[in-house]
Amino acid sequence: MKKIIKHVLVPEHKKLSEKEKKLLLEKYHITIRALPQILKTDPAIQDLSVKEGDVIMIKRKSPTAGESIYYRVVVSSE
Amino acid sequence: MTAEQIIKEYSKELPEKIINDLLENLPKKISDKKVKEIVEEVVKEYKEMQITPAESVGIITAESIGEPGTQMTLNTFHFAGVSEMNVTTGLPRIIEIFDGRKDIATPMMNIYLKKPYSEGKDIEKVALRLKETLLEEIAQEFYINIADMSVEIQLNKEQLDKIGLTNQDVINSINKGIKGIKVKEKDNTLTVTKKQETDNLNEIYSLKEKLKKVFVTGVKHIKYVLPVKREGEYIILTSGTNLKDVMELDFVDSTRTTSNDIFEVEKVLGIEAAREAIIQEVYKVMQEQGLNVNIRHIMLVADAMCAMGKVQGITRYGIIREKASVLARASFETPMKQIMQASLMGEVDKLNSVVENVMVNQPVPVGTGLPGLAVKVIKGRIGGYEGEKDEKKSKAEKTAKKEIKKEEKKTTKTKTKKAKSSKSKNKE
Repeated sequence: MKKIIKHVLVPEHKKLSEKEKKLLLEKYHITIRALPQILKTDPAIQDLSVKEGDVIMIKRKSPTAGESIYYRVVVSSE
Repeated sequence: MTAEQIIKEYSKELPEKIINDLLENLPKKISDKKVKEIVEEVVKEYKEMQITPAESVGIITAESIGEPGTQMTLNTFHFAGVSEMNVTTGLPRIIEIFDGRKDIATPMMNIYLKKPYSEGKDIEKVALRLKETLLEEIAQEFYINIADMSVEIQLNKEQLDKIGLTNQDVINSINKGIKGIKVKEKDNTLTVTKKQETDNLNEIYSLKEKLKKVFVTGVKHIKYVLPVKREGEYIILTSGTNLKDVMELDFVDSTRTTSNDIFEVEKVLGIEAAREAIIQEVYKVMQEQGLNVNIRHIMLVADAMCAMGKVQGITRYGIIREKASVLARASFETPMKQIMQASLMGEVDKLNSVVENVMVNQPVPVGTGLPGLAVKVIKGRIGGYEGEKDEKKSKAEKTAKKEIKKEEKKTTKTKTKKAKSSKSKNKE
């Protein structure tokens, strides 16, 4: 598990609190369905104890912006 | 205040990379006032260079990848001097990635090693430990002994020493691979018999074939290994991938080892790593071909492919299937099938996106076509300023009263006219 998180291809994943989640949705005037998704079984979020509907903040290393922030909502893997 | 502090104040408005570029390129002796001027100019320029809302970036991406794509070569490229190992590049590789193919033509890995090995220590041995070795590769010959109803295997001692295996290791792996057999060792020959004695020669023959394919050592699916020196350290290139098992090995640097199989990366490292892998793989091909495609376009495609939490190709089974509009799906591939399915399910097309609006000849929601006109309507007042409300109200009331009066007059006039005319008719 630790090995995966240290891998160069894997950016930092962080779970948003309910309050942060609400602020995010208000900021962009969107519902949670508009966010890109991440499966609950995704290897990179196994240590975060997530449930469906949680929002994951991802700090990507970007070649164009240095660091960019992306959000994904946790969905069940059908 | 130092220049750094002034620039850091703008960290919310500027991305990290521009801030770092600014810090690097500022002259050493500069007044605070000038720093502020420069930063403000940069902020202004940055905001101007941002893409406008409702710009159709997808079309720009399609053109920017498609046009240089016509110049791509169709052949595969060989590793330096080693003809046995070639890798698909160019257009076939791009198509492979964007289609989201599960079985790619040339799966391969770049395996980075930990310290003493990365400097070249025992590199041959390490490479052979990775390679999937079957019994037929370390055996000199297989005999069938008809008299004893057994298979005799003569081992290749040289090959065994090279990999660092003993005869006992081989016996163990044979026992692990095939159940219900007995293995005896004599000199360098292993004698394999079935526990249940048989007279059937066919069974012994099939046992021999099975024995040839027994997995002895290494990592499964790694067919070929090639140690090379790259940027001052030894790495191992392999054909065939098995990211999960390779990362478990103690001599492998598990933080940098990668595979070119996007789905394997997704399975082992997650969707974000898969997105990054798509970008790197496509960009690598573009650069090998000497094409200058901005990485932003590739990032957009990769984001679209990974938006649903799993890697989806740009095919009718992948991201096109997720489209909400029936007409948009039908316009891509297999229109009859899409429309038939939609009519069976009673789907509704709300004409919210681009293609379907082109089809029905309406303005498309792109660029200036996207924003709609919104007017805030308050009861009793349309437009106007705040104090105007009462004036208008009284005016409106007056005009309304006047109109009522006018209408009353009109009705009375017409009545009298009608009365007159009826009278004249009577006279006639």
